Amino acid sequence: MTALQNKPHDPIAHLSEADIEQLGRELDAIRTRVMDSRGADDAAYIRKVIEVQRSMELVSRLVLLASLFPPAWLAGTVGLSVAKILENMEIGHNVMHGQWDWMRDPKIHSTEWEWDHASPAELWKHSHNEIHHTFTNVLGRDNDLGYGIMRVDEDQRWHPVFLAQPLFNLVNMLIFEYGIAAYDLEIGKVVKGRKDRGEFRRQGRKVLAKIRRQATRDYVVHPLLSGPSALTTLAANATANVVRNVWTHSVIMCGHFPEGVETFEKTSIEGETRGEWYLRQMLGAANIDGGKLLHIMTGNLSFQVEHHLFPDMPSNRYQEISPEIQDLFERYGLNYVSGTMPEQVASAWTKVLRLSLPNELLEVLSRHDRAGTADDEAGQVTSIAAAA
Amino acid sequence: MFTSLAPTTVRLRTGLQALAGAAATPLVPADYLDLLDPLRSRTALRARIVEVRPETPGVATIVLQPGPGWQRHVPGQYLRIGVDVDGVRHWRAYSLTSRPGASDRTITITVTAIADGLVSGHLVHDARPGQLVHLEPATGEFTLPPTPPRQVLFVTAGSGLTPVLGMLRSHLDVLDDVVVVHSSPTARDVIAGDELRAMAAAGHIRLIERHTATDGRLDAAQLAGLVPDLTQRETWACGPAGLLDALEEHFAADGLLEQLHVERFRPVIIEAGDGGTVTFLGTGREVETDGATSLLDAGEDAGELMPSGCRMGICFGCVVPLRSGAVRDLRTGEVTVAAAGDDVRVQTCINTAAAACELDL
Ligand SMILES: Cc1cc2nc3c(=O)[nH]c(=O)nc-3n(C[C@H](O)[C@H](O)[C@H](O)COP(=O)(O)OP(=O)(O)OC[C@H]3O[C@@H](n4cnc5c(N)ncnc54)[C@H](O)[C@@H]3O)c2cc1C
Ligand code: FES
Repeated sequence: MTALQNKPHDPIAHLSEADIEQLGRELDAIRTRVMDSRGADDAAYIRKVIEVQRSMELVSRLVLLASLFPPAWLAGTVGLSVAKILENMEIGHNVMHGQWDWMRDPKIHSTEWEWDHASPAELWKHSHNEIHHTFTNVLGRDNDLGYGIMRVDEDQRWHPVFLAQPLFNLVNMLIFEYGIAAYDLEIGKVVKGRKDRGEFRRQGRKVLAKIRRQATRDYVVHPLLSGPSALTTLAANATANVVRNVWTHSVIMCGHFPEGVETFEKTSIEGETRGEWYLRQMLGAANIDGGKLLHIMTGNLSFQVEHHLFPDMPSNRYQEISPEIQDLFERYGLNYVSGTMPEQVASAWTKVLRLSLPNELLEVLSRHDRAGTADDEAGQVTSIAAAA
Repeated sequence: MFTSLAPTTVRLRTGLQALAGAAATPLVPADYLDLLDPLRSRTALRARIVEVRPETPGVATIVLQPGPGWQRHVPGQYLRIGVDVDGVRHWRAYSLTSRPGASDRTITITVTAIADGLVSGHLVHDARPGQLVHLEPATGEFTLPPTPPRQVLFVTAGSGLTPVLGMLRSHLDVLDDVVVVHSSPTARDVIAGDELRAMAAAGHIRLIERHTATDGRLDAAQLAGLVPDLTQRETWACGPAGLLDALEEHFAADGLLEQLHVERFRPVIIEAGDGGTVTFLGTGREVETDGATSLLDAGEDAGELMPSGCRMGICFGCVVPLRSGAVRDLRTGEVTVAAAGDDVRVQTCINTAAAACELDL
């Protein structure tokens, strides 16, 4: 992608100011209707998910006490992986968005929640809720565009280190929770001297303390409780953490990196109206097609578009409004980006591989490509990137 | 031996607690125990509804089984109960009507469903046995002193009977000269009417029933006629604000105000209007606001350090506890009210004051 403002064909040129404001009003109406109808069923839903998640974690950890026995290891590791994914995605992410604050239950509240993750809630809420959700896909404002370690847009300047970005992405995928913690600490800004060092040290101490507690639990306490199964439990916990990391990383990549998602120039959001903000959210996110299980396991981020429009709407409602949102896309002539998980993951990875090369080279390649037989672009780029 | 054992046990216990804490982080062990038995929680006081017993039309007694953390109350006190209605937790105060220390450890409150009353309506009409509710410990000064006065007068109207009912049920054996003046619409609207009349028939109390349908509203002047030795009696009164105000005036006029104890079910009425004084409890700063400026802007303009993020209602980085008052959502017009003692978290960037507000900041 290229920032929308630099594209030869502007995908929103056909919309007048009045159209965009009308779009905003339609979205406001959907929001109001759903928010007004929140009730006991929604509350029961999130309580049930929390109950299932905690029971699953508890049982898995109990089973892992006998992890020396291979079937126990397998069952416990699978259960713990799923529990950790649910905890991060459908529960943690969404609770910290304030989606359940309306229930006024201090135990399920954005200001009280702490999650099973290296990044402390307070820090994550700042970089995710305040920066990413406000400045979604605005180049130079939304650091989620490549997390400062990758180039995921033609309009981000190329540098030789990006040649290694496929490797960065692979490593980041495996250790994603630590990657996020480092990212939330804004280490890049610190290096460039754009962040107060005292503030950085204070936050750094909190992150380290959180990591220490998390690691003590997974790599010391539970292994020790397992007695003779100590080593196998440690391996199980490490595996569950990696599975969770790979899964969440993949889901997050599907949210904004697939082909077809738009980015925006830094200056384009000056004086942005509510309608324009909504429009940017519609164009700046991508969905994942799938069934109920996929939606829950992605924390309903498979409805990334709906989530970006209404970040504080309970996640169990995104599916319900999705047809209406798609209808809006159609009526306003916009591109609703969606695909299956393998498609979207492949699309995102392709971009990471492709943009590891400078634009000039990519242009040469694509000219060459057009001249030659219509070979699969991804395949071409993969082999070239690998050669590079 | 014995003396050295105790610290070891204590150390063992703290050691185990630390271990459980380390195994449960970022949650606490209680979060997992809640899966098995939510009543046993040490971090939150909860109760299960055992029975909803209809009293008179629109009035029901709710029998509650509280967790082991519940501390015995003093008759006349109330508790605050958190009830989820349509998924939202609301806290209200209800006087305890049971004798403290029941053998089955249950407690009761007696609720009058008021028109459009969210919680009272839910408790009387929709609450079901098995439902979980949240509690705060019993509190309140509307109680008899450890040595009760010889002559006592209770003046109650409508649902205001409840704290007095709690006292009568518990203290009849230590009270020997009790007059109860109770006003209700008709004879059948008297909560626990049969029980009161039985107490009167047995000679424990002198019961004076007034029925507004036939006798009109009870006022302070009538009271002197009904209870000639009024001035000799230590008086506890609970009922509508009008009656209580009149009684206070009457007793004050005779210089007998210390003899009067009142309980108000509706201490402050919060009417949502436009703007109001916003008090920041941390700094004590007070800011006058109109009904158009967000709490965030108003606070920052006054020099208050406020948490914030997107300033457009999406990030929840600006949420602070509203301890009392009312705020209005600038986008939807929705009003959120907090009564004294509440802790309702509100987004300051999209809410404006709709009454005098106290923010815990
Ligand atoms: C110390 C104390 C003890 C109490 N003990 C009891 C008790 O034993 N039994 C009992 O039934 N109630 C008691 N109450 C009153 C109770 O706490 C609630 O205020 C009452 O049940 C109404 O709540 P609601 O949610 O149903 O009404 P809401 O939905 O909050 O209010 C609905 C409407 O009624 C008005 N309203 C609110 N409260 C009252 C009130 N108390 N009287 C008249 N109108 C009101 C509101 O302004 C609004 O217009 C007590 C209150 C206090 C402060
Ligand atoms: S500042 Fe973001 S919700 Fe208020």
